[in-house]
Amino acid sequence: MEKIKFATVWLAGCSGCHMSFLDLDEWLFDLAQNVDVVYSPVGSDIKDYPESVDVCLVEGSIANEENLELIHKVRERTKILISFGDCAVTGNVPAMRNMIKGSDPVLRRCYLELGDVNQQLPHFPGIVPELLDRVRPVHEVVEVDIFMPGCPPSWDRIKASIEPFFRGEEPVMEGRDMIKFG
Amino acid sequence: MDLQELHEIGAKEHRSQKPIRVHCCTSTGCQAANSLTLKKNLENSVKQNGLSDQIQVVGVGCMGFCGKGPLVQIEAKNKLYEEVTPDDAASIINAINNGTTATAAEGDLNHPFFAKQMRIVRETSGKIDPEKIEEYIAAGGYESLYKVIHDMTSAEVVEEITKSGLRGRGGGGYPTGLKWATVAKMPPKQKYIICNADEGDPGAFMDRSVLESDPHRVLEGMAIAGYAVGASEGFIYVRAEYPLAIDRLEMAIKQAKKLGILGSQIFDSPFDFKINIRIGAGAFVCGEETALISSIEGGRGNPRPRPPYPAQSGLWGCPTLINNVETFANISAIIREGAEWYANIGTEKSKGTKIFALTGKIRNNGLIEVPMGITLREIVEEMGGGVPDGEVKAIQTGGPSGGCIPASLLDTPVDYDSLIKLGSMMGSGGMVVMDKGTSMVGVAQFYMEFCRGETCGKCVPCRAGTVQMYQALTKIINKQATLKDLEKLEQLCQMVKATSLCGLGQSAPNPVLSTLHYFRDEYLGLIESNQNGKKPPQHQQPATAHN
Amino acid sequence: MSVVTLKINGVDLAIEEGSTILNAAKEAGIRIPTLCHLDGVSDVGACRLCLVEIKGTNRLLPSCVTQVAEGMEITTHNDQINEYRRMIIEMLFAEGNHVCAVCVANGNCELQDLAIETGMDHSRFPYRFPEREIDVTHERFGIDHNRCILCTRCVRVCDEIEGAHVWDVAYRGAAAKVITGLNQPWGNVDACTSCGKCVEACPTGSIFRKGSTVSEMTRDRAKLQFLVDARENKEWTR
Repeated sequence: MEKIKFATVWLAGCSGCHMSFLDLDEWLFDLAQNVDVVYSPVGSDIKDYPESVDVCLVEGSIANEENLELIHKVRERTKILISFGDCAVTGNVPAMRNMIKGSDPVLRRCYLELGDVNQQLPHFPGIVPELLDRVRPVHEVVEVDIFMPGCPPSWDRIKASIEPFFRGEEPVMEGRDMIKFG
Repeated sequence: MDLQELHEIGAKEHRSQKPIRVHCCTSTGCQAANSLTLKKNLENSVKQNGLSDQIQVVGVGCMGFCGKGPLVQIEAKNKLYEEVTPDDAASIINAINNGTTATAAEGDLNHPFFAKQMRIVRETSGKIDPEKIEEYIAAGGYESLYKVIHDMTSAEVVEEITKSGLRGRGGGGYPTGLKWATVAKMPPKQKYIICNADEGDPGAFMDRSVLESDPHRVLEGMAIAGYAVGASEGFIYVRAEYPLAIDRLEMAIKQAKKLGILGSQIFDSPFDFKINIRIGAGAFVCGEETALISSIEGGRGNPRPRPPYPAQSGLWGCPTLINNVETFANISAIIREGAEWYANIGTEKSKGTKIFALTGKIRNNGLIEVPMGITLREIVEEMGGGVPDGEVKAIQTGGPSGGCIPASLLDTPVDYDSLIKLGSMMGSGGMVVMDKGTSMVGVAQFYMEFCRGETCGKCVPCRAGTVQMYQALTKIINKQATLKDLEKLEQLCQMVKATSLCGLGQSAPNPVLSTLHYFRDEYLGLIESNQNGKKPPQHQQPATAHN
Repeated sequence: MSVVTLKINGVDLAIEEGSTILNAAKEAGIRIPTLCHLDGVSDVGACRLCLVEIKGTNRLLPSCVTQVAEGMEITTHNDQINEYRRMIIEMLFAEGNHVCAVCVANGNCELQDLAIETGMDHSRFPYRFPEREIDVTHERFGIDHNRCILCTRCVRVCDEIEGAHVWDVAYRGAAAKVITGLNQPWGNVDACTSCGKCVEACPTGSIFRKGSTVSEMTRDRAKLQFLVDARENKEWTR
């Protein structure tokens, strides 16, 4: 059987989900035997998201232009997209800025009102991606196949969510162990 | 007071009336169009021409044809003047006196708008001065109350109402007699009567008109109900937005008390009945009976689960009979003419007449009272005169709880059950006509916006569901929705309908469901224009973090 | 005492007349999800999670306020009811600002537990992100309106058990919120006895003890029923 083409993506999140992923420790060897890691900020050096990925864990919400572009690419090129962690599933902490409606008020608050020195708005077109007006969970932007809540999801929840794919199955996302938020 | 004294009041009033009565509408709508100045000018004109012993200008209640107000009617001459300005006053008095032509436009009293009406609740509306109890008595008022107190037992009154087949005019259509019987059967302790005058549907003003035009008719109905069920106290819960109705009710109660028609030992009998007014602060949900009761008690206007029904445990835990204004206004006529007479009007399951507020894209706007069973087509096309420059697309009945009926079903008879079968409801009597240019998704959104703002917030499906439904409709209107969104909206509608605590939430999805049923194409059109126009998101230069 | 017999999920059951369906189910070991219900205070039927199907009735009825009747056949769970319950929980998450990751009640939250119970792995409704306040003017407690689900348990517990009636609900629809006093800052409300019953009653992290940090808040909800039993039945121990 051909190995599963596996990817992980990091959007607007704290990377804690990826840290928890690394907590899988020696099971990562099992994972490596069963999957080809074709794209990942912690497991691959490939720069562009490849074609025909089987399973992709998406950490983080959609907060800026770059996230938006990447998630569309990921969706087009991935069979099974897993929302990985609360930021991807609910928007979580990054989305708390939605209470201050719009990106401009957020930037003003951070960089002007609360800035101690060199108060200026960041604006580097083509270098720093522009913030979207509203941070959205992944499934409000593209179709999501599996939701794995948690902040972060524990290593065993991550394992239980990935392992069934080795057998050509899909995980059952039920119960406190699998879907508790936070 | 005995019957003879009552008759004497009426006779005295008749004697004082002049041969020609000029009826000038002083209801809210016409007042807003300057009818009070008009009335004053008419009076001055009568005085100046020395006609005071022949002509009497009377400020009356609503005549119905509100779209053409202010209205002036000269019954003796069978003439109706429309859109009368204060400047027309002199020419109208002249016309009466000399047979000249008045400057105001003359209306056609033989038009189906008038001819097809059958006036029971509104029999004296627009004909008597609502601020004078004598005029109501002269028209036979309070005789029914006298009759029940002196000639009938409580059980006979309940029986009479039951036999009449009258159903609740507030919208639900619950058999009135059954409701009365339930309260009457409760142990003989403190009981209450409540008149629900918290009319709140957008486009509906039937109850306001009844209260403003003929407040005594409602008081009489309530007192008869009090006698029938064994209650000695009643409340009228009227919204603060109806100041004129409140003024006239207060006046009417004072007048009736003075004559011994309300208060203690009515008509020299052991029956006591007093009526209090409670003014609502403008919450639509307070039209829901349990919320209304909570509001009268001084609490927050939140509905509570039923059972127990108010008939068992209502105001301050006592058995309470709660009926709508129009329901009470039917009572005196039923007692006077008999249940059989009433039961002969209307259809098999919907008896009597119903008042509708005919509004929207229609030539003749106003209030009509028609027998149940009349078709929507007769109302809209004949009485309403159809849509000005266009065609009817749909008719909305029942307000935010009702639905939209498409033009193809115009031949439907208007009765409780037929309308429910079509996914709408009779409601309190709002009837909004829409023409081809109306967006039905927009209509659904309008009513959802209304419900979203008016839900009390107590139960989750109604509080949060109306917000979500509104958002989903907005998404569709903004051409951003997909078929999946539509499917989600339908599920949400079903859920809110099935799980909400009170009628507001349970019926809030109706405008969406009925427009989805009859005008699905419009929803799909908006969704398609999203998919056709869908472009990949536009970005600036790609700048990925991993580069 | 008279007894009625009924069926819940096909199981025969005898229960005291006047009991609610919720109590009957509890006695039969069947869990019906609830949120606005709190042992010790009156029921309002507001959260709609405890709706059950009763044979012969075409409406779902709230089991917390519906009394048992002879011969009732009740279904507490089926696909449709389960789906409605999940939607209710989703709507609650979507209408407030519930960020479990930074909440004092994380791990001790009835809303969170119900999300698990109803199988909510994500909300299908868009989050609304309302702007809401936090009131920390009280010496010992605080209220974070972002986490309030308007169950009104605090209102009832303060009114019915403490008798202070500090809490109430103001405004309507999406703007509805619980208030202290006449919508004053909590710390300025003289009627508050600082008894902390509202803290015990709150199902989420909305009303909290000052100084608690993420996941630290635990509560003793049974204390409320104990107080009622102590007063009414002279049961002084638990």
